[in-house]
Amino acid sequence: MQEKIQQYALMLGDSPLILGHRLSELCGHGPSLETDMALTNISLDLLGQVRHYFQYVAKLKGDGTTEDDLAFLRYEPDYHNLLLTEQPNTDFAFIIGRQFLFDAYHLPLLEQLMESRDEQLAAIATKSIKEVRYHLRFSSEWVKRLGAGTEESHRRMQKAINALWHFTPELFEETELERAMKEAGFGADLEKVKVQYDQTIQEVMQAANLQLPAETHPQFGGKKGIHSEQLGFILADLQYMQRAYPNMTW
Amino acid sequence: MTAGLVHIPMEVDAPLRSVSDPEIPVLSILDMGVVRAVELVGKQVHVKITPTYSGCPAMDMIAAEIKMALDMAGFNSEVELVLSPAWTTDWLTPEGRRKLEEYGIAAPLEDSADKLALMGQSRMVECPHCESKNTRMVSQFGSTACKALFQCNDCLEPFDYFKCLK
Repeated sequence: MQEKIQQYALMLGDSPLILGHRLSELCGHGPSLETDMALTNISLDLLGQVRHYFQYVAKLKGDGTTEDDLAFLRYEPDYHNLLLTEQPNTDFAFIIGRQFLFDAYHLPLLEQLMESRDEQLAAIATKSIKEVRYHLRFSSEWVKRLGAGTEESHRRMQKAINALWHFTPELFEETELERAMKEAGFGADLEKVKVQYDQTIQEVMQAANLQLPAETHPQFGGKKGIHSEQLGFILADLQYMQRAYPNMTW
Repeated sequence: MTAGLVHIPMEVDAPLRSVSDPEIPVLSILDMGVVRAVELVGKQVHVKITPTYSGCPAMDMIAAEIKMALDMAGFNSEVELVLSPAWTTDWLTPEGRRKLEEYGIAAPLEDSADKLALMGQSRMVECPHCESKNTRMVSQFGSTACKALFQCNDCLEPFDYFKCLK
């Protein structure tokens, strides 16, 4: 069970790690100063949450592994982040759409984890959810603003939702590990997460005057370590310093 | 909030009080409610601190400065990071709120008022420079994770607002 908790905590950390990295790429490139600061602040929150998960995994392992080893020294198939989180930054509507879909899932996920029998997972979730409420508020307001804005902003927001939609079934695909964690009272029940997620999506889409695409070609794999071509590029960026100069520190 | 009250042994009060958040230098870590427990046995001190926001980059520095301040006061110290119970702006002391305002950062409102202010739906955040409530939200996210950016419509000065975190 100890080993499963490690794997689960690592998986929980991988999605905010990769999304946090994606958002950090926007530092200095946001469409306006305010959105630039907001997206990088969200990145910082997510990376902070990752540190809590990874520090916990490192402590459980107890073999000298550090949080940095977990972030910087694994290979692609060892990362179990959602495919949604590794999708690239294209236009602003796409960035906001990706954020909104993740936030709408992240909030009820953490609500479930607050009830975890594992005290540290519950503590991390209780801490993180306060930050994630701000994230969801920010991203859903922007979805509404773009969706119900001009003809052009509406067109782009709809296009982004259409392009990202096939990554969403993976959010609720229950892996063996997740099932075992749920049954033992340690992990989230994804069916319950989905009920709240569906409600958020419906409310925001309606207010934003956007249509949900008919589900086509759902993409799975991230949670099992099978990634899109994007992750390799992210890791090349993320891991360069540690690979080029092993054990370097600031 | 009683959960905000932490007993600080008199001997280590001064060194701990001398440590401040590097982002908000006027605010002692004791006024921020970041110090959650202090155990003193002889010259050995065990300090538990909790982060304001998960990604707060100041935490590592605060931990290092606590060790240094206690070391200079002749104590051996250990600093431990704890996550539970999670930090809330309720733990800011009245003294801390006063210092924030003096420094030019508006102190957090209550939860429901905070939401309305951040949605730009109400004018309740008071300008720390001219005390006008005729202010507007510029950005929900500000110069650090804990702050939002506001501007006063009367004196036109921009200012930071410390967001309510519950």
